[in-house]
Amino acid sequence: MNEIRTIGIAGAGTMGAGISIVCARAGYRTRVFDLNAQALERARGQTEAFLRKSVERGKLAPEKLPKIMKQWEGTTRLEDFADCDLVIEAVFESLPVKHELFMKLDTICPSHALFASNTSTISITEIAGGSGRADRFVGMHFCLPAQLMKLVEMSPGLNTSGETFDRAWALCEALGQRPVKTQDTPGFVLNYFLIPFNNDAIRLVEQGVAEPADIDLAIKTAMGYAMGPMELLDLVGMDTQKLLCDAMHGVTHEPRAACPSLVRRMIAAGWLGKKSGRGLLRYDDNRMFGA
Amino acid sequence: MTNSYRVTCAGESRSFPAPHAFIQGADAMGASRVFIGSAASRAFADAAELSACPFVAIELGQECLGVHTGESRGREGDNVVGFARFRLGSADPSPLVEIVRQPQTRGSAVEAARAAFEAAGLKVAVCADFPGRIIDRLIRPYLNAALRRLDEKLATAADLDKTLCLGLGYPEGPISLLERTGLAEHHDVTLALYRQLGQEAYMPARTAQVAKARQLTGLGCDKGLT
Repeated sequence: MNEIRTIGIAGAGTMGAGISIVCARAGYRTRVFDLNAQALERARGQTEAFLRKSVERGKLAPEKLPKIMKQWEGTTRLEDFADCDLVIEAVFESLPVKHELFMKLDTICPSHALFASNTSTISITEIAGGSGRADRFVGMHFCLPAQLMKLVEMSPGLNTSGETFDRAWALCEALGQRPVKTQDTPGFVLNYFLIPFNNDAIRLVEQGVAEPADIDLAIKTAMGYAMGPMELLDLVGMDTQKLLCDAMHGVTHEPRAACPSLVRRMIAAGWLGKKSGRGLLRYDDNRMFGA
Repeated sequence: MTNSYRVTCAGESRSFPAPHAFIQGADAMGASRVFIGSAASRAFADAAELSACPFVAIELGQECLGVHTGESRGREGDNVVGFARFRLGSADPSPLVEIVRQPQTRGSAVEAARAAFEAAGLKVAVCADFPGRIIDRLIRPYLNAALRRLDEKLATAADLDKTLCLGLGYPEGPISLLERTGLAEHHDVTLALYRQLGQEAYMPARTAQVAKARQLTGLGCDKGLT
């Protein structure tokens, strides 16, 4: 059995950047792929800022920071994943896009390499079916913000081998995360609850029930949640929320999972959330959560 | 400017079942009026000379404020606000006060009521006059979904709670929360919301219906779902 030493992260968005921190921080050589060089630059900057803050807070030894950053390599060439032992995909929620990516990776990566998807809504079995290596494919759904949240929902597809699942599970623990086995059902456990819940919160705004800031304050105060749904949605991004809704509603036809019209209007207006400076709330910086 | 208020207690209050700084801070000669308790509606209706008050606050149950004040083609509202301190079942009241305003409620009345509650250490969220206000409107479908997911055996109660706590940073999972605060009460609240909103997501989950039936037949409330 090949040991996992080098991990490829496909996608340098919010999730990809967060997962890359988890991998590099745990001592793995971490390659981050994105076609957009600016996205890579931003992810690297956010990673360094986050780690710097960890040092300031006494959670990371200062001498470890440069070592971790040395492990972190960005690339716009998928061919640079040729020596990866595991690739975690964190591109947007589109089955054809994921299939295209994995088919390319299947020709680039060594045969022992495992493929994992960070999808939160699409069936692992369906993604694996277009990967060229369904037996070495597993769902690894990290939670937002990945660099802080310990949970990983681990889902085997119908063709995932026991050995693949065990190796991915062991890696997850080696990363310092806490894996939970979930079934390959729409939204697994987290998003089955979270997507409709967040949509319900957006509909309260649409219907004039309350202002976003009041909704967040109410939920945090009454339920003790660390983040309100508005803050979380702005972190996820309206564009991502729409994709999540479309993916989940497309499979479940659950009315609460349907994308609220306000989300579509906000996307059209460029109000994507924290990353664009304005979403349901307003922002004056694009620092990574926790940085 | 002082923000004095007089409290009229009319029956048992869900918001203030025990002594609290908000009640202790009341003034018998206060300019504003606060009506609390299960009979707050009657006490409000019987009170005279309320129009000059900076604010008038009525404690609400599951009903809308319009039940007490009346409505008028969406132009209703003056110096009267509704309020409720959020409380889940048999748990203690939370520090959250939901203040309910109508379309034309004066901003000065809302702000004066807010100041009075905040001065007593409570946190205030303002919402419009809709069933369930903010919290019940948001969490009841989520709690129902958790009960249904459990029925469908897609996760054990422990795994479900663990996943939501670890993944979303919730201090307590939905099943544990319902066991602690009461399934029968969840049934009552969701049924009231289902009747008012007509949305399936609020229809009491099977487990909550069973708990309510057992309560009604005197068989007690089974809280354990694990």
